[in-house]
Amino acid sequence: MSAAIEGRNLKRYYPVKDRGIFAKSSILKALDGASFSLESGKTLAIVGESGCGKSTLARLATMIEKPTEGNIFISGIDPHANNGAEISRLRQDIQMIFQDPYGSLNPRKKIGTIIEEPIVINRKMPAAERRNLAESMLSKVGLRPEHYDRYPHMFSGGQRQRIAIARALVLKPKILIADEPVSALDISIQAQVLNILMDLQEEMNLALVFISHDLSVVRRIADQIMVMYLGKVVEQGDAKMIFDNPSHPYTQALLGATPAVDPKLRRERVKLTGELPSPLNPPTGCAFHTRCRFVQDKCSTTAPKLEMQFERQVACHFAEIAMKN
Amino acid sequence: MDSSAGSARKSGILRRDILEFWYYFSENKAAVIGLVFLLGIIFMAIFAGFIAPHDPTIQYRDCLEQPPTWGAEKCNFLFGTDYAGRDMLSRIIYGTRLSLIAGGMVVILCLSIGIMFGVIAGYYRGWVDITIMRIMDTILSVPGLLMALVLVAILGPGLLNAMIAISITYLPYFVRLTRSSYIIENTKEYVIASKISGASKFRIMFITILPNCMAPLIVQATLSFSTAILDTAALGFLGMGAQPPTPEWGTLIAENRDLMLSAPWTVTFPGLAILLAVLAINLMGDGLRDAFDPKLKRS
Amino acid sequence: MSLLEIRNLCVDFETVSGSFRAVDGVDLDIRETDILSIVGESGSGKSVSMLAVMGLLPWTAKITADKMEFEGHNLLTISNKARRNIIGRDIAMIFQEPMSSLNPCFTVGFQIAETLKQHLHLDRKARRKRTIELLDLVGIPAPEERIRAFPHQLSGGMCQRIMIAMAIACYPKLLIADEPTTALDVTIQAQIIDLLVNLQNETGMALVLITHDMGVVAETAKRVIVMYAGQQVEQQEVEGLFNSPRHPYTNALLNALPERSLDLDRLPTIEGVVPGAGDRPDGCLFSPRCKFVQDDCRANIPPLKSTGVNALRCFHPVDPGNLGI
Repeated sequence: MSAAIEGRNLKRYYPVKDRGIFAKSSILKALDGASFSLESGKTLAIVGESGCGKSTLARLATMIEKPTEGNIFISGIDPHANNGAEISRLRQDIQMIFQDPYGSLNPRKKIGTIIEEPIVINRKMPAAERRNLAESMLSKVGLRPEHYDRYPHMFSGGQRQRIAIARALVLKPKILIADEPVSALDISIQAQVLNILMDLQEEMNLALVFISHDLSVVRRIADQIMVMYLGKVVEQGDAKMIFDNPSHPYTQALLGATPAVDPKLRRERVKLTGELPSPLNPPTGCAFHTRCRFVQDKCSTTAPKLEMQFERQVACHFAEIAMKN
Repeated sequence: MDSSAGSARKSGILRRDILEFWYYFSENKAAVIGLVFLLGIIFMAIFAGFIAPHDPTIQYRDCLEQPPTWGAEKCNFLFGTDYAGRDMLSRIIYGTRLSLIAGGMVVILCLSIGIMFGVIAGYYRGWVDITIMRIMDTILSVPGLLMALVLVAILGPGLLNAMIAISITYLPYFVRLTRSSYIIENTKEYVIASKISGASKFRIMFITILPNCMAPLIVQATLSFSTAILDTAALGFLGMGAQPPTPEWGTLIAENRDLMLSAPWTVTFPGLAILLAVLAINLMGDGLRDAFDPKLKRS
Repeated sequence: MSLLEIRNLCVDFETVSGSFRAVDGVDLDIRETDILSIVGESGSGKSVSMLAVMGLLPWTAKITADKMEFEGHNLLTISNKARRNIIGRDIAMIFQEPMSSLNPCFTVGFQIAETLKQHLHLDRKARRKRTIELLDLVGIPAPEERIRAFPHQLSGGMCQRIMIAMAIACYPKLLIADEPTTALDVTIQAQIIDLLVNLQNETGMALVLITHDMGVVAETAKRVIVMYAGQQVEQQEVEGLFNSPRHPYTNALLNALPERSLDLDRLPTIEGVVPGAGDRPDGCLFSPRCKFVQDDCRANIPPLKSTGVNALRCFHPVDPGNLGI
């Protein structure tokens, strides 16, 4: 079976111009080589801190932007080949939900109009049928059909996120990109939204790309995981294996920094000293070497390649040493 | 839940929105007075034919420069008559029509063209944006009335050309306002959601984003309405706007300028009319702005 | 002796649609060297109650309490001038958004020095010395240079460190941290939490940590207050709270954490939403969503019963043997 969505060596660079007349322009490597392949019904979690390139990856996957290098394949088709002839058809296969439930719904439109928008744009369907479909989506995400005529400001954050899910799934897409979908929500609401997301994933056999910084949520739902740092993938592979036995020092630090309620789940806190370097001016060699506790001379000169080690992809010269600690 | 209950709830929601708006608007008493006065002016303009005691163009040759009188047997004119014996009150009442039309036309022209340029500049950015905005800056760098005078001089005097000229001088404010709120809205995630669904450029610009930029534009439109009335009158006074014998307020003052000392009522009443109309609309515009601006909402 | 003592604190907001009770009967004792955490979802009144102590609420808020004393000063009747002497010196506060809490027009050194001038009346030289000392204390590298930096030149984590430096500048006896790490990345969050706890250890000040992150609470606090819809529902020592929660809300909240249900198919949720201004139930505020609800819960409001440090607002507490997962 072919992958629902596949990325091959995706890169996205942005030219950045400093202000002023004599400003020199530099290049921001927002995403610097990411490959992945995700089947229907599975979940890929993309984990990393701000500026790691996870949102850029989402923009490439949803075809809003073109990769600088590399290819994206949706249902096996490269949308940017043939001058983008396939883009509009492929858009129906991929949808997205966002972090901020307050910004992601148009405040001047009724809930019904918001949910129907993808249908109106992509299909020809009589209004009554559209309304039926929208109302059935509303009940699927646990809202009532009479919410159809209300405006977004009358709903709480959790309800808005349900509406966003209804909008994303109304066209029955094959792939759903979820960019931090629960991090703005309260714990009890977060659990409700995650359940809905997982139920609908199963029902519609969705390939889910789940972008998050909250590792406790990721641990709950991911099949595969991709850890990113400053635009580069540092570790990638089976989620359970990586959670149980992280091999990249950065993954270890991330897991250690996540506060856990249960003392058994608490890892020894690996102190990460220092700040996240600027993505505009990343360190030479391994991007993580400025904060790494296993750093050696080689790290600051040679960038490690993403290689198969310990049944997963790791980009670290000294993964073995890191694994032992 | 059946559909009648649904629509009942819907109208209830709408009513709540309007009630909330009215709550904030009515807190500003001056704004309410302005609104009432404006409604009065609109009423006068529509029913001028019934309200005005005389035809505004008939010249009562026996009653030239008659001072205001109340209940006199002969030459009974409440606001007096002008140099040609025309009833000032009727001329002012008919003048409201022209002023409202002038204000309305200017606002409609500015809104439609300004929104279009503003949205295009905000959507495309880059050189399109720079070109549009530099042209607007150029218009702004010439004093408004002077600019209007030059334009009327080119187009030829007349009420219609005056309105076009005034619209052009106001255009930059609308373009800037639309562009800036468009750029703010453009970064919101609901816009990205529309793009992911494959919305066309036109849909993104005018259906998705534009309705969210309207609140400041409505306020600007109200305030421009009053300044447009003022500028139309100014152009009329300078002889570049409506031409005599059209009873336009500014033209009325110009016609009777020579009688300013001997028959002061001929200039006083049109002047007062302009003042009150502009004041009323400005007061209402202030109230609108307060009611729309969420920062001032004290909830 | 208590540093801060509050009895029956209520805060009402006047709104268009009538008055709204944001905080409803909060009792609080903060002793010296205490680390107290106030936990709750958004709208639970956790921030508002602390802002009321600080006197930072807008004029539409009506504050009532049987008692609100800080070191013998009655905060209810205190004059504004006397309050300003306490706030910022003896009680300090840091906020969620470090970027917007600092004035972008002034250097960070100037902003810290301003506090020192206001409260400690130090001269220019002493102010500079103390500022550098403070920046060093909160772990900012090269403080002599950073003193001249503007907030926009620093990262979010750095800005939060500056805020902390400003807060501890005048040796406060009580530091209130309102969601201090919510806006930060995970690894930076760990650094800031460690810094706060270390500072608390060194200076012996009391620390109030307002947060919704159960993991942060479990790893830092000594005592926890759980709030729901403006009411204080439970207070316990931290181990007790996480091992044997007594209030059904606390219990449900903990069950909803993704890390507590790794082997379950679905995340346990709390059905329904937090009651708003218009739909407050008659009895216990949690009764419409409670699994253990009985008739008396719907009819009467349970009082807050305290036994030692523990407090509970529930007629039918959860049996530690049956957590109802």
